[in-house]
Amino acid sequence: MRIGVVTFPGSLDDRDAARAIRLAGADAVALWHGDHDLHGVDALVLPGGFSYGDYLRAGAIASLSPIMTEVIDAANKGMPVLGICNGFQMLTEAHLLDGGLIRNDKGRFICRDQGLRIENNASDWTNGFEANAEIVIPLKNGEGSFMASAETLKALEGEGRIVARYLDNPNGSLNDIAGVTNARGNVVGLMPHPEHAVEAGFGPDTDAAMASGVDGLVFFTSVIARALVGA
Amino acid sequence: MPTIVVEVMPKAELLDPQGKAVAGALGRLGQTQSALANVTGVRVGKRFEISLDGETDAATLAAVRELADSVLSNSVIEDVVGIHVQDAPSTAVA
Repeated sequence: MRIGVVTFPGSLDDRDAARAIRLAGADAVALWHGDHDLHGVDALVLPGGFSYGDYLRAGAIASLSPIMTEVIDAANKGMPVLGICNGFQMLTEAHLLDGGLIRNDKGRFICRDQGLRIENNASDWTNGFEANAEIVIPLKNGEGSFMASAETLKALEGEGRIVARYLDNPNGSLNDIAGVTNARGNVVGLMPHPEHAVEAGFGPDTDAAMASGVDGLVFFTSVIARALVGA
Repeated sequence: MPTIVVEVMPKAELLDPQGKAVAGALGRLGQTQSALANVTGVRVGKRFEISLDGETDAATLAAVRELADSVLSNSVIEDVVGIHVQDAPSTAVA
């Protein structure tokens, strides 16, 4: 399986995302924001960072990049797309996911290991988790507070489209929402960073050992498993 | 040079952490400057000035309105609160 990672001006975690994809067992394909070419990949990751310095709104200018025409088209046809942090912000700005992200409620940039509960283990990116699995992956952002209208929240809740909820809400996100998916379950956006918890020695601390947390790897093995089932 | 001004504010019902931080600082100033003592809140928004060649006809204005809704603001978190035309880009008040 070939999974593309799009690099935008100001992307920071594109290499980490590519590494996570390789550790999960797929080929990582570097894609460029200015191209109109997905190079035949089977799935896509929009990585974290601060594209265009968060000018206008976080993710807003990147969501208008040339490659986003192809990304939106592929997503609408069912290609699995994972947006992490700034990538999640891009997916909301591109109207592939509902809601929006605003500045954290206390105005602080938050960088810490974050506990989450996976509430939708049917999406293309979360099918490898047990129901209501509790995981820990890093969180690092200044604008991660999830907002949506009461009507949208009701739809997200009612349709089981909340992928992950914070165990302890760090930023004022409505309904403790850390990640959501679309109706089809192929597009997932997540503020915390699964790609930083994929290899023992470099992940969050666990009860077993320092830096041994690899909970993030399941997002990437999930999409590979889903592709194998579909093949 | 005609300039179209677009003003965008965070939605009133959403927390505006930036405005809140500024309001907090003004509150501290208010302890020493009595003229600021009755400030009850601050909200921070954005102002875009779009400069154009030639006249701003109805079609141009309509296109900018569309741009304001689709690009300059995100209706999930913000509202466009004003669009108007002025003769030139703004300069400092006297």
